[in-house]
Amino acid sequence: MAAKKTTKTARNEPPPRPKMRPMGQLAPIERQTIEKIDTLARSAVEAVARGENPAMQMKMRALSNVSFNEKKRIIELGDKTQSREFFNTSMARKFMQTFLIANRCKELVGEGKTVSIRQMYYLTKHTLKGTSENTFEGQEESDPIIEDLEVTIDTLREELHLFANKRGLVTGNLVVNDAGDEIDLSKMGRGGWGIPSICEEKELKFVRNDAKFILLVEKQAVWHRLNEDRFWQKQNCILMTSEGQAARGVRRLLQRLSGELKLPVYCLVDNDPWGLYIYSVLKQGSINLAFESMRLAVPNVRFIGMSSLDYEKFDLPSAVEIKLSKEDIQRAQQMKKYPWFADAKWQREIDALLKNGFKMEVDSLLSKSIEFMTEEYLPKKLRDRDYLT
Amino acid sequence: MVSPDLLPQEPKEAPKRRATAEAMASRQREISVSEFFTKNRHLLGFDNPAKALLTTVKEAVDNALDACEEAGILPEIVVDIKEVGKDRFKVIIEDNGPGIVKAQMAKIFAKLLYGSKFHRLKQSRGQQGIGISAAVLYAQLTTGKPAIITSKIGKGRPAHKIGLRIDTKSNAPDVTSDEIVPWDKEHGTRIELELQAAYRGGRTGVDSYLEQTVVANPHLGLIFDPPKGEPTVYPRASEELPREAKEIKPHPHGVELGMLQMMLSDAPDETIKHVLTDRFSRVSAAVADEICVKAAVGPKMRAGDVHGDELDRLHKALGEVKVMAPSADCVVPIGEDLLKTGLRRRYPKAEFYASSTRPPSVYRGNPFVVEVGLAYGGDMPTDESADVMRFANRVPLQYQPKACAISESVYQTNWKAYEVSQPKGSLPVGPLAVVVHLASVWVPFTSEAKEAVAHYDDLMRELRLAVQECGRKLATYLRAQHKAQSEQKRLGIFQRYIPEVAEALSIILERDKDEIARQFQAALPNFVRLGQTTEGADVAAEEAPPAPSMLPPADSAAPPSMGEPPAGFDNDVSSSEIPAKKPGKSKN
Repeated sequence: MAAKKTTKTARNEPPPRPKMRPMGQLAPIERQTIEKIDTLARSAVEAVARGENPAMQMKMRALSNVSFNEKKRIIELGDKTQSREFFNTSMARKFMQTFLIANRCKELVGEGKTVSIRQMYYLTKHTLKGTSENTFEGQEESDPIIEDLEVTIDTLREELHLFANKRGLVTGNLVVNDAGDEIDLSKMGRGGWGIPSICEEKELKFVRNDAKFILLVEKQAVWHRLNEDRFWQKQNCILMTSEGQAARGVRRLLQRLSGELKLPVYCLVDNDPWGLYIYSVLKQGSINLAFESMRLAVPNVRFIGMSSLDYEKFDLPSAVEIKLSKEDIQRAQQMKKYPWFADAKWQREIDALLKNGFKMEVDSLLSKSIEFMTEEYLPKKLRDRDYLT
Repeated sequence: MVSPDLLPQEPKEAPKRRATAEAMASRQREISVSEFFTKNRHLLGFDNPAKALLTTVKEAVDNALDACEEAGILPEIVVDIKEVGKDRFKVIIEDNGPGIVKAQMAKIFAKLLYGSKFHRLKQSRGQQGIGISAAVLYAQLTTGKPAIITSKIGKGRPAHKIGLRIDTKSNAPDVTSDEIVPWDKEHGTRIELELQAAYRGGRTGVDSYLEQTVVANPHLGLIFDPPKGEPTVYPRASEELPREAKEIKPHPHGVELGMLQMMLSDAPDETIKHVLTDRFSRVSAAVADEICVKAAVGPKMRAGDVHGDELDRLHKALGEVKVMAPSADCVVPIGEDLLKTGLRRRYPKAEFYASSTRPPSVYRGNPFVVEVGLAYGGDMPTDESADVMRFANRVPLQYQPKACAISESVYQTNWKAYEVSQPKGSLPVGPLAVVVHLASVWVPFTSEAKEAVAHYDDLMRELRLAVQECGRKLATYLRAQHKAQSEQKRLGIFQRYIPEVAEALSIILERDKDEIARQFQAALPNFVRLGQTTEGADVAAEEAPPAPSMLPPADSAAPPSMGEPPAGFDNDVSSSEIPAKKPGKSKN
């Protein structure tokens, strides 16, 4: 195989100044975003002109600043803020990065373009003059800065004209309109419809719904199995997969479906602490995105499986058992203390997992038969209302 | 295992007589010192050709320095080494000393154990009067050539040039030639020896000896003409001649039994009490009485009658009696300032010099002073062990560093506490040179070759304290440096990001990029202690060249002083010459 030749070109010249659309042509929300970025920049310049340390205040996104709102049943960000200063060796780099991103976001909003967070990484990455240091060393460095900017100026990612790679699939008895195209989700064949990263009303509207509920499965393979068996048709539902931990698009879509169409949401994850965690994030949000819980959390999502009690209930063979690791046990014990798992039925569920001493994958249901999941497991669970909330 | 006692024993037989006392007596005769030397030359530092060359140069230079200082002359010494054949060198050492009277010339250079220094207690380089004549003997033994000595004792006096050999049987000089030569020097001595030798570099070489000698003797002007290459000239660095060391009488605590015996037999007709008060230092009549009581001998006893048990008791009592320490003016340290001057000669590019001279102390009745100097940084290698120079009465000790109390004091010190890295149980590693000087009336060497200092507790304690004292000065300096460096580092971070931030802000706000960058630069001194480096340099103003300026002056507006004044210059350094810092002072 011939080696691929790559040529490195250093980005030294600043790109040409963006052509802003006149403010008058911008949507109100876009004007607002631009004003927020301007204000942030102006306050930095004014502070430094006074000889002060330019700083930006942002809500702390840490465990110490989140709390569980019992009434709303979601994780909320507290009021603790942190100051990001330029003249502070541990913050200078992040301060610089925040304004690199802010600058590009203003450009995107002004020009009416949207890029992925990975593309934003490349837009803002370059080598500092006279050093070997890059403005960003990886996307894992730029992604949190984007989130920082979101909380700092209280703006959503999509308002900054950014999106994440889309993750998650959906199919079912639902017709949507996405950016003007009408899409019948019951005619998606084997592949399903990819859930966009941004699922706001502006772009995505629900046109017609016949489904009675939503089933979200953790794994793509499980979704494929169910889709192949036309589970959504037989049960008249919307079938989604988050493909692992649910991205913001999936969570937002789920919340809107649950809220606007008043559909119950069922969630099928592996029987292990990680599965419980996925469920937990769907239900009340995560620490990192606590500022978005209001828009993302689905507090009434129902945990349909796999439960540790299913092992006996469905007389599963011992072949399904996977021994719990030390970390699994620790994680499970931690979860027992979560306020949203304080309920006796959740305590019983986690205790059962620990008592079993093993975990199970949803896929292991196939040890009974290929169609077991579609024909017996899920229908029985739904029929028996055998779920936890 | 079976004990050896239980093993069958060979039957014991009375050994056969092999020689009669008479037969043995026929072989018993006096051994001349020279003969002894011929067989045991390693004892005096002539074990191998390289060492022989070093010892020869050393003995001659040490003698020259001693003579000059005693006469109150600032020494000017020329060392010339020529390779005259395979493994053969001619060594010429010439000084501007007082010269030697004609009658003594032969004996001084060609009679072993002849000299002025053995019989008195006075700090000097040479101690036994064996060194230079040993060199003459060595030269004679290896090349057969006589030593050529030229000496002149004053203006208008003749310069005598004599050839000398040593009669090894009788330990007596044998003058092979004698003439008067013209010499433009006012006074001085020149010795010329041809010997089998090897010229080597490194720690134990002649070059190293001379370099170190120059450190410990700032008042010495030296020209060294090596076998190969250009001569090196070390101009005199100080016009100050070391204070003359006072000769002292033995102190009761330091006297050895043999010495006591000799002192008593030197004055057989005097009373013990008289000998004690007259021939010892710090012994008053009351102390003498106390000694006599302790020793249970009558104070009026004739010195010549003290023998056996009485002598033992007297010696013991001398060691036990409470008596004032000997006066310290018999010990002459180099001094803190001159030690630094000396270091500067050897390491002109170092960034920091420090020195500490301890107050005089006593071991076994011998007064001594320990002083330590160090040079740090500059062009010294950063990844090698520190260069440790050991001196006893200003003479470099080049051999047996491992056996020497001085080296031990250096590697037993915890240098990490002074910001210098140090592998466990070894010398510190870094751009560091340490000078340790032990000045004493009687330096306790481990052997006659005078290569290493013996471990006496009192001595070790002083050595350690001196190294620590000097180490603390270094630590103070290095901490200030580190602080300045970390400020420098912080500055670098901010300056690296300012253009980026300024550019992003300028685009967002549609303002001039350079203007924003300027505002950031102007605010910078409020957040970086730029004055820090300047202060660091101030601390070492006397010892170090000023540190390079850290920053292009950003704005003429004086930055407000940030936070607390820089720490680090605490009471540790009370004895040092570091000037008090002036907070808030800035060179910008």
